[in-house]
Amino acid sequence: MSVDLVIVGAGPAGMAAAVEAAEHGLSVTVLDDQPEPGGQIYRGIERAGPELTAILGEEYEAGRELAADFRSARIDYLPNSAVWRLDAGARIAFSREGSASTVSARRVLIATGAMERPMPIPGAERPGVMGAGAAQVLLKASGLVPAGRIVLAGSGPLLLLVGCQLLDAGAEVAAVLETTAGGDYLDAAPTLPRALAGWRDLARGVAMKRRLRRAGVAFRSGVRGLAATGQSVRFDGGEIACDLLLLHEGVVPQTHLSRQAGLAHRWRPEQRHWAPVADALGRTAEETLLVAGDAGGIAGARAASLSGRVAARLAAGVDPGRLIAALDRERAMRPLLDRLFRPHTALPADEALVCRCESVTAGDIRQAVRDGAMGPNQLKAFARVGMGPCQGRMCGLAAAEVIASERGLPVEEVGSFRIRPPVKPVTLGELASMEGEAADAEAL
Amino acid sequence: MFRRLPERKASVTIEIDGEPVSTAPGDSVAAAMLAAGIAVFRHAPVDGGLRGPWCAMGVCFECLVEIDGEPNRQACMTPVREGLRVARRTDGSEPGR
Amino acid sequence: MLEGTADIIVIGGGMVGAAAAYGLAGKGLDVLMLDEGDDAFRAARGNFGLVWVQTKGFGLQRYQEWSQESADLYTGFAEELEDLTGIDIHHERPGGAILCLGDGEWEAQRRLNDAMADQGGGYHARMVERAELERMAPDVRFGQEVVGASFSEKDGHCGPLYLLRALHAGFRARGGRYRPGARVRSIRRGFRVETDAGAFEAPKLLLAAGNGIPPLAAQVGLNVPTVPERGQVLVTERVERFMPMPMGNLRQTAEGTVMIGATQESVGFDTGTTLEAARGLAQRAIRALPALERLRLVRSWAALRVIPPDRCPIYDESESHPGAFVATMHSGVTLAAVHAARLPDWIAEGRAPDGFEAFSARRFDVPAAA
Ligand SMILES: Cc1cc2nc3c(=O)[nH]c(=O)nc-3n(C[C@H](O)[C@H](O)[C@H](O)COP(=O)(O)OP(=O)(O)OC[C@H]3O[C@@H](n4cnc5c(N)ncnc54)[C@H](O)[C@@H]3O)c2cc1C
Ligand SMILES: Cc1cc2nc3c(=O)[nH]c(=O)nc-3n(C[C@H](O)[C@H](O)[C@H](O)COP(=O)(O)OP(=O)(O)OC[C@H]3O[C@@H](n4cnc5c(N)ncnc54)[C@H](O)[C@@H]3O)c2cc1C
Ligand code: FES
Repeated sequence: MSVDLVIVGAGPAGMAAAVEAAEHGLSVTVLDDQPEPGGQIYRGIERAGPELTAILGEEYEAGRELAADFRSARIDYLPNSAVWRLDAGARIAFSREGSASTVSARRVLIATGAMERPMPIPGAERPGVMGAGAAQVLLKASGLVPAGRIVLAGSGPLLLLVGCQLLDAGAEVAAVLETTAGGDYLDAAPTLPRALAGWRDLARGVAMKRRLRRAGVAFRSGVRGLAATGQSVRFDGGEIACDLLLLHEGVVPQTHLSRQAGLAHRWRPEQRHWAPVADALGRTAEETLLVAGDAGGIAGARAASLSGRVAARLAAGVDPGRLIAALDRERAMRPLLDRLFRPHTALPADEALVCRCESVTAGDIRQAVRDGAMGPNQLKAFARVGMGPCQGRMCGLAAAEVIASERGLPVEEVGSFRIRPPVKPVTLGELASMEGEAADAEAL
Repeated sequence: MFRRLPERKASVTIEIDGEPVSTAPGDSVAAAMLAAGIAVFRHAPVDGGLRGPWCAMGVCFECLVEIDGEPNRQACMTPVREGLRVARRTDGSEPGR
Repeated sequence: MLEGTADIIVIGGGMVGAAAAYGLAGKGLDVLMLDEGDDAFRAARGNFGLVWVQTKGFGLQRYQEWSQESADLYTGFAEELEDLTGIDIHHERPGGAILCLGDGEWEAQRRLNDAMADQGGGYHARMVERAELERMAPDVRFGQEVVGASFSEKDGHCGPLYLLRALHAGFRARGGRYRPGARVRSIRRGFRVETDAGAFEAPKLLLAAGNGIPPLAAQVGLNVPTVPERGQVLVTERVERFMPMPMGNLRQTAEGTVMIGATQESVGFDTGTTLEAARGLAQRAIRALPALERLRLVRSWAALRVIPPDRCPIYDESESHPGAFVATMHSGVTLAAVHAARLPDWIAEGRAPDGFEAFSARRFDVPAAA
């Protein structure tokens, strides 16, 4: 099978790109591992009733139209399709309902979006602790509202948003523990003029805080020494009992696919994450590979759909025109948000599990560095970090930060895991029964 | 642990550890389990500690359960279906044969 | 600038360098091990973990004996490492089987075993028919095509990453010094070794830099004509232990994952993986053990073997630059125990093991035209 454009991801970036590309006459296949379109922000949008949309607000509701356009576009949309290999020659291997196949394209758009930054505090792996975004996903996709006392801890706009949404859903939010200090706001001041274009978002951040405070939610900022016990959350100078602890420290691009495809990645110090090297329009060093949405760097849903449309036009050989200016305006907000919500960089305590799959603590990693591990790849050999089923998604960033601090180097010099296929699970049976050539296995 | 918004009506029945559980269409297996009050999904294979879902979006692999006889499936990435069977492998091991 | 001196510099911190350095440090020598950084070609990090004797050394009987010696030393070696470092390298010696899929493979394997038995004493592998194989591995359901196997009780396996880690930890515990991020650029007489992290001097040095050796060897008057050979490997999720022994290119690790190896590809220094190889490896694995079909693949990788022209080890000392030694081969895991035990006498005291000349690189010198 071969098409003009394969899009990986059906969030705002992927959906908008698909609609735009189809309008320009391209044959389009969209692969997404969720059962429905929407990505993270618009999860479950097609099934959301009035009760849920009242809680999630108009920003969520905005996804409904995009999803409807996506459904009616002349495209081939394959939900429940996990892409586990992408070759720069624009050949993709994916699994769908227990069987694997490949599809080739003239161009591939990587629109795999973001994930929450793992926050390895001691006890974070216990049941009763999850990502704040995860709780939001459960609310969007299944209408689940946590019962019992909730504490939110961490930083970033989504932390506050989830707090407000849970309040509106009738949940008991006991406290918000912000790891950012008051000073971070002052840091943001020099960037204000450029950010004026997005002032409404900023006002919303302030408004969300006010809303939470008025509802009686306790606020603390500059919180250090967080640890989850299972029944409570501890921090330097206090402890709060809770049934559910929601952690969040911003979102980071999902780079496994872009890395596995061999694209270069660059460290973004403002947000402390890696993103594929691409120009403002999403073009990478590989002519066949484009990036859009949060997969290319965190910029939010509106920027995601605009960048998806830009990429689609490039793939169709059409001038993106005024879309570029709109995209620039949308992104202008970002530097301010970056400063405002700079992820607090406290390093994990020695007893915190950094690699959950192999149960490796930050202390183990520090020891491995003392033993001579210079970077994440040697860490695999020294401590099995990153060798489990999550393939380093949960530990990669924190492990690199720990190594960097131990060695007194910037993270970009420490580097990151080399990512190999499959980046999503595939069984040997699926692999073996794929069509195509197969190389010989030799005795050792 | 979790309650459900009234607008979500349960109409699908799955089986969790041998018990019938009614759940809503569109749920993932993880959502269905959490809604049924299950927080512990498995034991970690290395340290034996209790684990449950962390990300709800397929990245953490903490929600692995046996689904329809197949071990180590991601509960958060598997939609529910009438009659689907979930078994928790809380002893941390899977059959190899 | 001179960064340091030592009695002996070992160039390369992979399987061969670490084993030799560990042994040398055990002699009370001041040993400095120089290595590259985080991202390097390292067979030590991408190998299969077999401590394997059968079929090794066809055409070079000394290599078969050397492999046997190492495999015999392994249990004590593993215990010593664990006592010293607390690291369990998960060594086991339950024997090993090379599965034969179809009569053609059976015949070829049988002929190879016969030829090896004719070559010299002590060769242990024997052909076992399917029924016997099934008794040996009661929890394994073999595929229909499996007619039997070649079995040797001398074979075993270990966790190669634990081994590498233990060798490094043991080396340090014995007072050795490790300098990562010190890729060697050039070697001058004396010896003065120029690296990315400055210069180091020692009267003796061991070239153990794997695929990095050929250009360095030339600088000390040695001809080491090895080439890289890519091997791609697949690893599954963890499952309960069901394989009682390693089966050639299938092995269940101490963690419970199943390793599936390996391709043999001449592609230079390319460590990329291919879909075609993954498919081929999966197909053969399922033909051998059909239950593997349900297992999820967790990782795949490619690493480069270090392959001498006759696939047998090279150990040599330079004639023009006395004090410069080289040790390089495929099967550095298998030979780690004998390297730790026997290379130090050779390097430090000039006492080469008997018959060691057989391993000299001079065997590759082109004879004058007939
Ligand atoms: C949990 C979570 C909740 C969020 N909630 C909000 C919110 O409420 N408001 C807000 O403004 N922002 C939110 N964000 C930020 C959000 O990422 C962006 O605003 C927006 O969703 C980005 O759109 P996108 O199209 O780039 O990516 P996404 O919306 O993330 O879509 C990417 C899609 O690609 C799929 N995918 C990824 N890898 C593969 C693969 N290998 N194979 C197949 N499919 C794949 C994903 O499952 C997903 O469906 C959230 C982020 C996260 C992680
Ligand atoms: C897929 C595969 C499967 C294998 N399976 C087995 C098996 O089951 N059993 C077995 O016994 N063997 C096996 N092997 C072979 C075994 O891994 C090698 O024989 C062994 O690792 C070789 O050790 P080495 O130290 O020579 O090289 P390496 O382990 O590659 O180490 C070389 C070291 O030298 C460093 N180096 C290179 N150049 C320089 C320089 N200029 N300066 C400083 N340092 C340098 C490198 O960074 C590296 O650390 C396998 C190999 C592969 C690829
Ligand atoms: S909850 Fe993280 S993968 Fe399912």
